[in-house]
Amino acid sequence: MADENRKVAFICSKGNLDMAYPALVMGWAALGNGIDVTIFFTFWGLDMINKERVDRLEVAPVANTSMKMTMMGVNTGNLGIPNVMGILPGMTAFATKLMKDKMDKLEVPPVREYLQMLMDAGAKLYACKMSVDMFGLKQEDFIDGVLDIVTAGDFMDMTEGSQIIFI
Amino acid sequence: MATRTIAGKEIQINNEGFMTIPSEWDQEIAVELAKEEGLTELSAQHWKIIDYCRQSAAMSGAAPTLRNITNGAGVSTKDLFALFPKGPAKKVAKISGLGKPEGCV
Repeated sequence: MADENRKVAFICSKGNLDMAYPALVMGWAALGNGIDVTIFFTFWGLDMINKERVDRLEVAPVANTSMKMTMMGVNTGNLGIPNVMGILPGMTAFATKLMKDKMDKLEVPPVREYLQMLMDAGAKLYACKMSVDMFGLKQEDFIDGVLDIVTAGDFMDMTEGSQIIFI
Repeated sequence: MATRTIAGKEIQINNEGFMTIPSEWDQEIAVELAKEEGLTELSAQHWKIIDYCRQSAAMSGAAPTLRNITNGAGVSTKDLFALFPKGPAKKVAKISGLGKPEGCV
């Protein structure tokens, strides 16, 4: 039997804190199960590997219909955080802190540490060329270990036979 | 649930081959289970990790996650993945005579 290893590739296109985690959690699970992992960061997803941004990812309560008052410890069932409250200065920082505290309690590592774990476990990380050009970024702007800046075509070549998950 | 004989002892296993009664485990069984997972020899580093998993499970009742192992046993992620290639998550737990790790990290 040809023993071709299972491969999974993630496309990370979001820079919000909550959208950073899916690829990290699933990628880590994949590596733990012996599956090859490639992650391609594009558009806002580049924030996840941007040295200046990775520790400052946030989650905003504005227009987030799933974020309820209960998250703040106020037991009000389905009552949402009013958008008009969400626009107050400091609300995004507040919601971000709440989420980070909750993750910390579950011993979920911060994004930077998680990415390092993934790379140490063999994940390959790439930045999208078009987005990099658009945002005026360079390889030096990224955390150590990001392998290269590649085109969408390169990504297609390197993920032949992979299951691809877009986030 | 089924039984099997390994290293001359009868053990209980589940349908994925994980031991279900941690107290049935011993080092000889671990050596045989490791061979089945493709590890022909268990080094001191392997044992350090296995011992940590046994201790951790004895305390918590569940197999530790990979991050618990790296933090608790003092091994780097790189070394853990090198010692148990092709996916340490299930491999370490199986060789240690424990169930599948229950956490995501």
